[in-house]
Amino acid sequence: MNKPSAATTTNASAAPVHPRASLAEPAPWPGAPKVATGAEHPEDAPLSIHDMTVAYDRKPVLWDIDYNAPQGKLIGIIGPNGAGKSTLIKAVLGLVPMASGKVSIFGKPYSKQRRLVGYVPQRESVDWDFPVSALDVVAMGLYRRIGWCLPVTRRHRNAAREALDRVGMADYADRQISRLSGGQQQRVFLARALVQDALVYFMDEPFAGVDAATEQAIIALLQELRRGGKTVLVVHHDLQTVETYFDELLLLNMRIVAAGETGEVFTQENLHKTYGGRLTLLDQAAEAMARKGVRR
Amino acid sequence: MHWQTLDTWIVVAGALSAVSCALLGNFLVLRRASMMGDAISHAVLPGLALAFLITDSRDSIAMFVGAGVVGVLTAVMTQWVHRVGRVDPSASMGVVFTGLFALGLILIVRGADHVDLDPGCVLYGAIELTPLDTVFLGGWDVPRAVVILAVVFVINALFVAVFFKELRISSFDPQLSTTVGINATVMHHALMVLVAITAVASFESVGSILVIAMLIVPAASAQLLTDRLGSMVLVSAAIAVASAVLGHAGAMTVPGWFGFEDTSTAGMIAVAAGVMFAVTWVAAPRQGLVGKLLHRVMVRLRVLQEDILGVLYRLEEYRGGEGAGLSIAKLGEVLALRPAFASVAIRGLVKRGEVTRTGHGYGLTRGGREAAARLVRAHRLWESYLVKFLNLPPDHVHGPAERLEHVTDAAMHEALADRTDRPEHDPQGRAIPPSP
Amino acid sequence: MLLVVVGLGTAAPVLTHADASAGFWARAVRMISLRDHNTRVVLIGTSLLGMSAGVVGTFMLLRKRALVGDALSHATLPGIALAFMVMTHLGMDGKSLVGLLAGGVITSVAGLACVLLIRRTTRVKDDAALGIVLGVFFGLGVALLGVIQSMRGGNAAGLESFIYGKTASMLTSDAVLIAVAAVGVVLVCALLFKEFALICFDVPYAGSQGWPVLWLDVVLMGLVVIVTVIGLQAVGLILVIALLVTPPAAARFWTDRLDVTVIVAAVIGAASGLVGAGLSAMVPRLPAGAIIVSVATAVFIASLVFGTTRGVLVRVIQHLGLTQRIAEQHLLRAMYESAEASQRGSAVSNDRAVGWSSLIDARSWSQRELRRLIGRARRHGWIVEAPAPSQRTSTDVAAQSANDPGTSDRWFRLTETGLAEASRVIRNHRLWEMYLITHADVAPSHVDRDADQVEHVLGPEMVRSLIELLEVQGRGASVPPSPHVVGVPPALPR
Repeated sequence: MNKPSAATTTNASAAPVHPRASLAEPAPWPGAPKVATGAEHPEDAPLSIHDMTVAYDRKPVLWDIDYNAPQGKLIGIIGPNGAGKSTLIKAVLGLVPMASGKVSIFGKPYSKQRRLVGYVPQRESVDWDFPVSALDVVAMGLYRRIGWCLPVTRRHRNAAREALDRVGMADYADRQISRLSGGQQQRVFLARALVQDALVYFMDEPFAGVDAATEQAIIALLQELRRGGKTVLVVHHDLQTVETYFDELLLLNMRIVAAGETGEVFTQENLHKTYGGRLTLLDQAAEAMARKGVRR
Repeated sequence: MHWQTLDTWIVVAGALSAVSCALLGNFLVLRRASMMGDAISHAVLPGLALAFLITDSRDSIAMFVGAGVVGVLTAVMTQWVHRVGRVDPSASMGVVFTGLFALGLILIVRGADHVDLDPGCVLYGAIELTPLDTVFLGGWDVPRAVVILAVVFVINALFVAVFFKELRISSFDPQLSTTVGINATVMHHALMVLVAITAVASFESVGSILVIAMLIVPAASAQLLTDRLGSMVLVSAAIAVASAVLGHAGAMTVPGWFGFEDTSTAGMIAVAAGVMFAVTWVAAPRQGLVGKLLHRVMVRLRVLQEDILGVLYRLEEYRGGEGAGLSIAKLGEVLALRPAFASVAIRGLVKRGEVTRTGHGYGLTRGGREAAARLVRAHRLWESYLVKFLNLPPDHVHGPAERLEHVTDAAMHEALADRTDRPEHDPQGRAIPPSP
Repeated sequence: MLLVVVGLGTAAPVLTHADASAGFWARAVRMISLRDHNTRVVLIGTSLLGMSAGVVGTFMLLRKRALVGDALSHATLPGIALAFMVMTHLGMDGKSLVGLLAGGVITSVAGLACVLLIRRTTRVKDDAALGIVLGVFFGLGVALLGVIQSMRGGNAAGLESFIYGKTASMLTSDAVLIAVAAVGVVLVCALLFKEFALICFDVPYAGSQGWPVLWLDVVLMGLVVIVTVIGLQAVGLILVIALLVTPPAAARFWTDRLDVTVIVAAVIGAASGLVGAGLSAMVPRLPAGAIIVSVATAVFIASLVFGTTRGVLVRVIQHLGLTQRIAEQHLLRAMYESAEASQRGSAVSNDRAVGWSSLIDARSWSQRELRRLIGRARRHGWIVEAPAPSQRTSTDVAAQSANDPGTSDRWFRLTETGLAEASRVIRNHRLWEMYLITHADVAPSHVDRDADQVEHVLGPEMVRSLIELLEVQGRGASVPPSPHVVGVPPALPR
């Protein structure tokens, strides 16, 4: 499962590159160029999504997602507002129900692989007035390992302190979380994911509303994670930094527009398909399906 | 059941009180401040007790003033504790109203010599006694409580009618409302004053428990029945009246079924409202459980019928001639469904004249063929669209197109053809039927 | 058919029958020495109840479901009435507390189920769902009580005491029941402390970690039902919500730590129960439930004002302190920048005196404010009065003579400590300013720009690059030059 993912693009030179170059389809249709996928055995990929469709309140927000994430890469998930970026992560983590599809982490369902997965939710998702310190929040990343009913011990707190140190927040361990700046709060969330010592990380807009220093610190940390062979999927919306930050991209707008190495897929054409041509017809149809209650 | 004039007056009192509450309740429910009704109807207690202690009488005016003051005070203090103390809004409400209610209880018990108030009575009232205390009005002996409640009802109805537009905007979007010059806080406080006054007017006859129920339950039921604020207000009023009638009748009859005598009307009015909510919950045309289920079944049936048309059309296409037919069993097999369901669908199609019996089972009529062509055209246009714009591989688009074809109306049809440059063949090379 | 008066007037007879004439102090002494067995029972029962309610209530408050308990407590009434009817019908003792409370639990849980179902399957919002259950269930309870009133042989007197509470009727066995339940509730909370903390703080994360959020919620609600039911007898179903809400809300003013919040809430709850029940035992005609809640409310008000962490007073003081500190920094900066302007090029030293008039022009302060500020700075040992410089610069003289002679003759200079403090302030200030100029897109909020060393927030590397940027503009010094033009502001045009 530690197959180096250089394989992703072995065929990159074979024109024309299908935008879904890293998808699991061995040969989508007769005559199509044979493209390599994220892993030789997609079932061993850090994240493998097959035929996922998600609907909120009967309105489909993600259509037919097929994706295999390559191992040991920083992967940016980009797309316009309402493209379903966060939804994709939430569906993978089982936080929103899928209308159809299958998700596996290193070949097994997520529910069996929770230990291997770290999650950084959006910062707005919690009440920062909550009476806990930064250290307490980071320790929450260890709760699952500590197990039911057992208390947090000194050993766990030390581990949490170490994680805080890694994000440069050791001095703030005992501060109540509302008295941290936005960037510092984000780093606390990051430390909570770090302390889990996972293999795959999902981060939902970690750069949203943080100061430049934090953004640098976060990206340095992500690169460190990658050096350690971890796979990191990041929901991101700043197109300017995409090329410098990420090895791989997943361009999303209700469906996968393109996926693959940043250099390959970060093209005007793909961006236009992602952001430009709003699929008004498809939106209309989705709307009609929601209204009439047609289920897939 | 033995209905007397007495009972009529009881129902009138109950209905007036219920409608007064329901009118205001709509805006509490829409503002998500339902529990404020609960809070205020409890919190008026110290206002009543103080009014009693100060004036030493059951003077109505003093009581209404006391209640109005405490009503606003509850709203203001809740806001204040929330904002200044940064306490969660519902928790600050809980702190304020229980504190005030406790204070009221202590005042009543300590001042029992002066205060002729009975906390039990405050809770569930004495609606059964209302007809005994009457005033002479225009040749009639009208119960005093009915007169008071009628006045309150008129005030509330006027308030809602006159300030309808202001209430609507301040409930929907308080900030916008304030910026366009309708101060949402003022509207909120006005609403709270009226809730408090209504609670006081009601407490003697029906008790505060009915106030809480009537503020919320009719409005919530109405919310399930309609999508317009105006009709929601009217429907909630109608439900309130019905609750009063059913409640009193129920109080006289229901215990009898179990071999008991009658019971408290106020309690039964609340129960009647609850039953009506439950009925709405289950049976409301669009929002109700049954309605939703039925709608889902109807949609499935429609989709299935369209699928059958599609299958028959493709069969004719394949055989290269009209008149091909399939048996129900065969259709069920092709579409993977139970024959019973298929035959229900077929029956509907036959009724609409789109399918008819042929030698081999069922085949398309002319009308049916047109409808089927439209569907297949939509399906194949969608396939082209998906391949062109979503880069889906051609063997991957059948599934999505299958779902999309059912929701494609004429306008979408046209747009679809435009975007795909009116192709003659779909990605698999099958002919796309021309537009009718 | 009018329901009989609730026995509130008799809420305090724990001791009254013993020596009604003995007077307040004699009763107080008896009470405090806990000589009376019944008093002991009641006090222990109510304080344990208060404690457990405080603990569970804290989690409910943080889960933002503070008022769910109100609907649950009202929903117990029909259960109590039904239990009474069933038990009487079966020929048992209709007033067995365990039986009545079991009935209460059943309808309370049914009420909870209704709330959840309504919320899930309709567009009716949370608050309205609570209101519906509260109103309808309580109405049903009242109707059933009405039926019981008219039951032949049914002795219903006493059932209403559950509405307003009646500690006086508490027996030793009842207190034992309360104690066991309360201790059990606290134990469960202690065991599941971190799990509850997690679902209160961050539900999506808890879900992603595979914690059964729904079941944890159900357990928490179950604990609320238990607390509510054992609280019925002591404070009554209308006021039991206060025990769940008020102590936790009060505790939040004292601490920013969850474990401490829980403990403080438990202590406040227990103290309210103890003091309230005690007072109602000592003073005739004080309904225990109302007194307990009043005590808790009083503690809440005191906490709101005096709470050491989030209290209003502390925040006002902090705000005043901040304003004052800002003013002091403004003074130091004015002194420093004035010296800097006149010592162009060389390192800023403290041997130059600065005149009153240039200070008064530097900021928007009034003569009085400046006088007070200078007094404070001198007490800090930051500045000292200096003799007027022998060779006045022309601008100084000009400005000086324009002012009134009373104060215009005063001159000041920074002390060594004052200079060090001013350098620190200026350095921090200028680095922040540079940061905001160069990285204007997102500014870190919530940062105390004075107390937080800039390095801590921005990281040493960022600070180094900022210093470099600043040095390009000015010349290197321990205090980087200001990114925008500073110095003594020219005398305002008059």
